Amino acid sequence: MTESETIARWVTPGARVLDLGCGDGVLLKHLWQTRQAPGYGVEIDDAKVVECIRNDVNVLQMDLEDGLAAFADRSFDYVILSETLQAIHRQEPLMKEMLRVGREAIVSFPNFGYWRARIQIAFAGHMPVSKELPYQWYDTPNVHHCTLVDFEALCAKLGLRILERLVLTSGNAVTFLPNLLGSLAVYRVSA
Amino acid sequence: MIITPQKARFTQPLKLKSGAVLPEFEVAYETYGELNAARSNAVLVCHALNASHHVAGTYANDPDNVGWWDNMVGPGKPLDTDRFFVIGNNYIGSCFGSTGPTSTNPATGKPWGADFPVVTVEDWVAAQACLADHLGIERFAAVMGGSLGAMQSLQWALSYPQRVRNSIVIAATPRLSAQNIAFNEVARQAIMTDPDFHGGHYYDKGVVPRRGLRIARMIGHITYLSDDAMMEKFGRVLRRVTPGFDFDVDFEIESYLRHQGDKFSTYFDANTYLRITKALDYYDPAADYGGDLSKAFARAQADFLVISFTSDWRFSSARSREIVRALLDNRRVVSYLEIDAPQGHDAFLLDDARYFGALRAYFGNIAL
Repeated sequence: MTESETIARWVTPGARVLDLGCGDGVLLKHLWQTRQAPGYGVEIDDAKVVECIRNDVNVLQMDLEDGLAAFADRSFDYVILSETLQAIHRQEPLMKEMLRVGREAIVSFPNFGYWRARIQIAFAGHMPVSKELPYQWYDTPNVHHCTLVDFEALCAKLGLRILERLVLTSGNAVTFLPNLLGSLAVYRVSA
Repeated sequence: MIITPQKARFTQPLKLKSGAVLPEFEVAYETYGELNAARSNAVLVCHALNASHHVAGTYANDPDNVGWWDNMVGPGKPLDTDRFFVIGNNYIGSCFGSTGPTSTNPATGKPWGADFPVVTVEDWVAAQACLADHLGIERFAAVMGGSLGAMQSLQWALSYPQRVRNSIVIAATPRLSAQNIAFNEVARQAIMTDPDFHGGHYYDKGVVPRRGLRIARMIGHITYLSDDAMMEKFGRVLRRVTPGFDFDVDFEIESYLRHQGDKFSTYFDANTYLRITKALDYYDPAADYGGDLSKAFARAQADFLVISFTSDWRFSSARSREIVRALLDNRRVVSYLEIDAPQGHDAFLLDDARYFGALRAYFGNIAL
């Protein structure tokens, strides 16, 4: 199972979707094709924005760090933040904004508590570099890594309800010791 | 691409937003590419302040006269004339071919001059719709423009929602700011206080308010460039070896502005300039909706592509984001690009890989 399959399963048919940090727009395209869910992507990178247009996906070139002022309250069913949380400087205001604009938020991120990451720090003594975290520490867009425990603590602090959680490693769902054995976490939360 | 400009004549009166009526009028236009059998590949290109219907290509008898958006429009270019039938048009009130102050007033047999009515963006679009009828185009694949041309592109989606599939809005604003209007007013004052203006009746006096036009153009050029672009292009470079301690040209930028002003004053009509700046000032599609742009766009049915340039301070990105917000509020299909280009407002005329790449991709996805 892939992350986009998971998200497509959660998104109800015909729902309105906002994908923050949408990259080349493939997730939005997938949601349109499989769930007839119309949406918009937000992306800051010039080349990716052009790719979105090539993919016939609505894209808005904006900086997520500036907030979501372009979007009205409750104008979307789902606001998606796919593997972008760790690259944001200020998570708290963005999470609040996501649930102002959307009924629910879907957030995914690489789990920094994954055992391979832990081993690299604990025994090899260096920052983790892996398939999920392919960057060197000095050359990464990621500024705020977290674990499942950390994210759930943030949700508690913000008073958000976790409606659903799926933890994946190499496309397989992880239910046993997910914070240790899961490399990617996908959450569905509401205010 | 060798092009022949054409004119369409309309004998039905055109009622203008001001209440005035143009008893008859002509629209100058050019076309590039072929209209397909389904008549589904037509793209209308709208021009900004000083341009014309000569969008692309050259003339057989004037090979150096290259269209103003020739880098954008042509075979294999972002707006590909191998695929689209592109129409360049000249708005009414202009001095480049369509009926305007320099045209003959049928009531007097003399040039309209100061008596030519003040026209608006809505009036331009109404005249363009007559041209579309004349060419047998029920629905445009896209209407496209930059700056003042973008206002026409927006207005098409509002005046004729069923007749536009895509509205492409570049370096735009939904309404002029007080500062924008202020610059326009200084330009108009420069023209109207020129002793050669004669209240707009200068044609039969054999003079042209050239000094006013020069200054109007110089002011315009300051607003078209960003501070950085101007510094980059001209810096504080002197035209002479040492400062002259007089009022002749010292700096390159002075020379540039004088040159632009001189050139403009030889070909542009002062009465037209006054009217175009007024059309800009008056444009405000939200005015009839209590200033609520989202309500104004409720009638739009087109898909939109909105593009702004970060260094454009004349019509800043924030103004384009107002348009995007109004479109989002109405759940329109819209994409928005904010191109980080240094040149200022003029960036919309320049080749930029991101800007052109996005347009190429967008046009590529328009089904014919």
